[in-house]
Amino acid sequence: MTLVSISQVHVGWELPSQEFMFTRADLIRYAGASGDFNIIHWNERVAKEVGLPSVIAHGMLTMGTVIRVVTDWLGDPGKVIEYSARFTRPIPVPDTDEGTSIKVSAKITELLENDQAVITISAIHNEVTVLAKTVATVQLAP
Amino acid sequence: MAINQEFIGRTYPPTEIYSVGREKIREFASALGDSAPCYFDVEAARSLGYPDLIAPPTFAIVVTMQAGGQVIHDPELALDYTRVVHGEQRFVQHRPIFAGDEITSTVSVDSIRSAAGNDMITVKTEVHATDGELVSTVYSLLVSRGVGEAS
Repeated sequence: MTLVSISQVHVGWELPSQEFMFTRADLIRYAGASGDFNIIHWNERVAKEVGLPSVIAHGMLTMGTVIRVVTDWLGDPGKVIEYSARFTRPIPVPDTDEGTSIKVSAKITELLENDQAVITISAIHNEVTVLAKTVATVQLAP
Repeated sequence: MAINQEFIGRTYPPTEIYSVGREKIREFASALGDSAPCYFDVEAARSLGYPDLIAPPTFAIVVTMQAGGQVIHDPELALDYTRVVHGEQRFVQHRPIFAGDEITSTVSVDSIRSAAGNDMITVKTEVHATDGELVSTVYSLLVSRGVGEAS
């Protein structure tokens, strides 16, 4: 797979959008893989006691998932040289087989020197933005 | 209570060596539902020019979270952990993390500010390979929600 060339894109270029599902099992799996066992991500009783509607997805699970819109497009995750996000709204994950979903879109918002591009990502859950200022800087081919 | 600004620049001792294993990378990528071949297949990673499997862009959180605990549980800083939420996160990848890397994390307090009764502390973690190469710089904004009614 050949890396995308900076000459193929422009500011406003839209990457293919994707939809991602989160189930309770996904939260447990991420807790185990990441070592983040914060109880609000797996225990509904405690989550409700602290005022949440349900258990919520790890912010870092959400952040790690939405970057796939960029890495799937790039074909080389090693070309992500900077990635940042602000956690604005929690994503409650219901105790159902289908779980819940987020819709993720992304577009190029700036072209930099050295064939780098800035990509701004939008992550929407129930028509609400769950991550703000979600920005990746990537290295493209000349 | 506002955190003392004197803690800005406070640096903690480097963590013990973390050995990045292929199976941990595979497990982490699977937990993200991400089946990109360069996370699973060594030949696929090598075909992209890397020495071994590469870790997903957010993998550094696995190694830095433990290091960040030094700040969260620092008795002198006296953060109330039950009131701390993760506000922002930023990863700078000087190079990807590879399977086989032996890395250490060095944590420092990058900034402290207060707004609307909340304390906001940015924790900076520098991830180095054992040969001294800087691999990642990771910034985590922790928000300690104020106890006052305004929070």
